[in-house]
Amino acid sequence: MDPAIIEVVSTRANHGIDPVLHIWGWEIPVYLFLGGIVAGVMVLLPLLEWRGGKPKSASTRLAPFAAIALISLGMGALFLDLENKFNVFRFYLAFVPTSPMSWGSWLLLLVYPALLMLGLGSLEPSTRLDLLVRLPNRLGLVLRKLLVLADRGRRQILVLTAVSGVGLGMYTGLLLGTLVARPMWNSALLGPLFLVSGISTGAALLMLMPLKGSEHHTLARWDTAAIGIELVLLALLVLDLSGGGAVSAAAVHSLLGGSWTPIFWSLVVVGGLAVPLMLNGLELSRRLNPTLYAPALVLVGGLALRWVLVAAGQESGLGMLP
Amino acid sequence: MTTRYAMAMDTRKCVGCSACVLVCKAENALPDGACRSWIEHEVRGEFPHLTQQIRSVRCNQCDDAPCVTACPTGASFVGVGGIVGVTASKCTGCKACIASCPYDARYVTEEGHVDKCTFCLHLVEQGQLPACVDVCPTRSLTFGDIDDPNSEISQLLSRREWTVEHPDAGTLPNVFFLA
Repeated sequence: MDPAIIEVVSTRANHGIDPVLHIWGWEIPVYLFLGGIVAGVMVLLPLLEWRGGKPKSASTRLAPFAAIALISLGMGALFLDLENKFNVFRFYLAFVPTSPMSWGSWLLLLVYPALLMLGLGSLEPSTRLDLLVRLPNRLGLVLRKLLVLADRGRRQILVLTAVSGVGLGMYTGLLLGTLVARPMWNSALLGPLFLVSGISTGAALLMLMPLKGSEHHTLARWDTAAIGIELVLLALLVLDLSGGGAVSAAAVHSLLGGSWTPIFWSLVVVGGLAVPLMLNGLELSRRLNPTLYAPALVLVGGLALRWVLVAAGQESGLGMLP
Repeated sequence: MTTRYAMAMDTRKCVGCSACVLVCKAENALPDGACRSWIEHEVRGEFPHLTQQIRSVRCNQCDDAPCVTACPTGASFVGVGGIVGVTASKCTGCKACIASCPYDARYVTEEGHVDKCTFCLHLVEQGQLPACVDVCPTRSLTFGDIDDPNSEISQLLSRREWTVEHPDAGTLPNVFFLA
C-alpha cells in the first residue's frame, strides 16, 4: 500500500527554478515552431522538384528566401532567450558532440547556404537578369558565379537541402528529448514527431501562398499523410510516457487531466490535427476548391504543440519516488 | 593516484538549522534568490505513524554529469577532483544545463551566466573544508576523497548504509546520504 503522505518541503527558492522550473518562455516554442516550418520547407521543396520538376509558381520559387527570413526570426527569438547575450559567439568556438544544442547551432550554419543556393537556382531567367542589372558590379559578379554554381550543382543542392532539413527538424525535438531530468521530454519519439510536424506546418505555410494547382494538390496530399503520421507519433508518445513508470506517467498527466489538458486537446489534437486532417480529406476526395482553413489550423496546432510540450516539459521532474 | 571529492550527509544528525545554507551564501557572496545548498524536510507514512528526514542538499558533482554533456559551448566542465564547474566567460545562459539537471542544483546569476556549488574548491585547494562542512554544528557533513580508501568519508561509506538522489537518472552522484 502506498503511504498516505510523502511530502518534501524545501527551503530552496531560486529564481526560475522554484516552485516549478520555468527557465524557457515564449522564445523557445517560437524558435522550435519557426525552425520546424523551415525544416519542412527544406524537405518539401526538393521533394516537389524531384516529383514534378522546377518550381511552377512564384511562391515555391521564392519560398527558400522566405525560409531564410523565418529561420533568422527564429534565431532572433533564441538569441533573446540567452541570459548572457554577449557570449553568443561561444556557440561557434566549440563543438560538443553530446549536446544537441551544439549540433543545432552548427547545423543552422548549413541551413543558410543550402537555402540560398536552392533559392538562387529556382529564380527565373528574367528575375536573374533584373537582379544582375540592378546590382553594383562586384556584387553582380558574385551573384553570377553563385547562379552558375546553383545551376550546375542543382542535384547536390537539393540533396543537401533535404538532408539538412531532416536534421533541423529532428534536432528541434531531440534538443528536448535528451534531457533525462524532464520525464515529459524523455522520449526519442520527439525527434520524428517534431520533424513530421515541421513538414506539415511547412506544407501549410506553402499552401497559404498562391500555388499552381498541381503543387497545391501534391502538398495537400503530403500534408494529409504528415498529419496522420503525426497523430500516430503523438499517440505513441503519450503511450510511451504513460507506460514508462510512475515518474513518466505523472509527467504525462498534465496532458491527460492536468493543467495543459484543455490547450493540448483543443488546439493541438482536435483543432491542429484532426480537423485539418478531415478538411484535407474532404478537399482531396471530393475535389473541392482548397480553402485557407486547414493550413491556418495546422500552423496554430504546430505552435500550440511546441508551446505545450516546452511548458509542460520543464514543469516535469523526477520528483519523489516512494 | 586520482582524487574524487565527495560528500556524505548524515540524515541521522541533521537538524535542519540552515547554517550550511547561510554560510554558503556568505562564503560565495550569493545574492537574494540564489542558493547553492538548501534544506529538505521529507515526511512519509500514514498519520500518526510518520517518519521525518531532514537533509542538507546541494549539487551532486555527478560522475556522469548531464549538465556537462548538455552544455553546447563547453562552459560546464568536470574539473579538479571531479568537481563540476562553470566557466562564466564561456556561458551563454542558454539554460540547457538547468533543464538537464535532475536535482535543480543550478541557477542563473544576475550577470547572466549559470552558477552552482563548487564544493568550495577555492577553500579546498588551500587545504580547508567546504564552508558548509566546516560550519555544521552537528557534524552531519563529511567531505573528502573517495578514491582514497583510508579517508574518513571512504570509511564512513563502507561502514554505513547510504543512498544517493535519483540513482535511476544514471548520473552517478557524489553526494551520499547516510541512513
